[in-house]
Amino acid sequence: MSSPATHTLRTQNLGIRFGAFQAVSEVNLSLEPGARQALIGPNGAGKTTLINLLTGVFKPTSGSIHMGGRDITRLSGDKRARMGLARTFQINTLFPSLTPLLSVVLAISEREGLGATWWRPLKGCTAVFDEAHALLGTLRLDSLADVPVAELAYGKQRLLEIALALAARPRILLLDEPAAGVPEDESGELFEAIAALPQDISVLFIEHDMKLVFRFSRRISVLVGGRILTEGTPTEIGADPRVREVYLGSAHHHG
Amino acid sequence: MIFGLFAVSLDMALGYAGILTVGHAAFFGAGAYAAGLLARYGWSEPFTGLLFALAVCGVLGYVLSYLVVRGADLTRLMITIGVCVLLYELANRLSGITGGTDGLQGVVIAPVLGLFDFDLYGKTAFGYAFGVVLAMFLLVRLVLRSPFGLALRGIHDSRKRMTAIGSPVEARLRMAYAFSAAVAGVAGALLAQTTQFVGIESIGFNRSAEVLIILVLGGTGRLYGGMIGAIVYMLVHDWFADMNPQYWMFWLGIFLIAAVMLGRGGIMGALSRLVRTGGKAP
Repeated sequence: MSSPATHTLRTQNLGIRFGAFQAVSEVNLSLEPGARQALIGPNGAGKTTLINLLTGVFKPTSGSIHMGGRDITRLSGDKRARMGLARTFQINTLFPSLTPLLSVVLAISEREGLGATWWRPLKGCTAVFDEAHALLGTLRLDSLADVPVAELAYGKQRLLEIALALAARPRILLLDEPAAGVPEDESGELFEAIAALPQDISVLFIEHDMKLVFRFSRRISVLVGGRILTEGTPTEIGADPRVREVYLGSAHHHG
Repeated sequence: MIFGLFAVSLDMALGYAGILTVGHAAFFGAGAYAAGLLARYGWSEPFTGLLFALAVCGVLGYVLSYLVVRGADLTRLMITIGVCVLLYELANRLSGITGGTDGLQGVVIAPVLGLFDFDLYGKTAFGYAFGVVLAMFLLVRLVLRSPFGLALRGIHDSRKRMTAIGSPVEARLRMAYAFSAAVAGVAGALLAQTTQFVGIESIGFNRSAEVLIILVLGGTGRLYGGMIGAIVYMLVHDWFADMNPQYWMFWLGIFLIAAVMLGRGGIMGALSRLVRTGGKAP
């Protein structure tokens, strides 16, 4: 069995059923330190459900989840986040009434355990503001720091999704279709930003665009019908006839 | 003024934390009785009376928050009404202590700072209430502008995202509710001390509804909304009562409906839109 030191996140026979529907079953997934792993599969394969299980949005009906050797299966979502598990959402889940700057400040202040601090003004937390400005700068959002989030262009909102996840200084980053709905020329740029993340962060991302998957992943897991069909390097997956059949077969439905 | 403070306290729960409550008079009343009883049974120094009410209601709010923060809006609605009715009946039944429907009488408050007596003309009462309301208002402002206040805004926008960035959402909301209860308690205590009387209606459901109207009128989720709402409500209230002593409630109703229909976000909402379209503000 894999030792805690070699894997940052690992699931054992993980499964969830909603009533009669077994959405995810017997998933054994492991992320190595510094991983750049893609999770692919046809629509409805359970990819987002799996992310929701990993982050504690859903509680599994079977199996377990381990993070750095610790069983986190029953831990609440916010505790997992504080342990260094961050995510982005497929559908933008931001703070529409805040600005990008305040959104990132909020994420940093929660990470620093300042969220219950009521006796001193936010403006006094200059270190938090400095870090927020710097983070927005690395994602080239600094010029939009004070524009209400609701007024940001869609592509910029996708970047802010990543900024909020990074503000938590995660060890593990789960990206749920980070480039969904972003024009093709911008999605490459977005993935460049992801590729440039510090190497000690383990990244698992869901992506439909095979070009991006093969360019940016070092390992690929294929999820079909809630089960892991196969796992391997991009070359191995590219050569696997089962993957071609399942994946291309379903891709026809979306054109 | 006291109602303004009460409305501001409700705003912390409703406007900022997004906890739908229609039983906030429970804390207002509890604060009033706490301060009233303390003075009635011997301890008449006013500031400690306020602190006592603040502590009692803060603790009460924190305990109740375990019921209120969980569950959906409709559940909260029922629980908050239930608690309010429960406390009302408690005050009614324990008439030996609270005076029941006659109200709590014989509340004697010592001079403020040992210097200013509460006289018949109400000068001291006004100055005292003004000072306390101002201090509490500044405290609320500090809280809302703190990292904790930002967390509340975040929860209001997206609980899902707050959890994902590692914020214990329920703990934050419980704290906000306790805060809100404590401030409401101070408002109640202030009324008890300045009028030297606690009426049983101060804990009633009508009082809860009235403060909700004041807040919605002024604008929820806006720092000055509760204050402005209270001033306008009192003015309009008096004006209609003078104009038409018999049916003034009818006109007040019409006015409130019109105000809510025309001005989304209350008076403060209408004002900020006016500034946006009229000025160069973003």
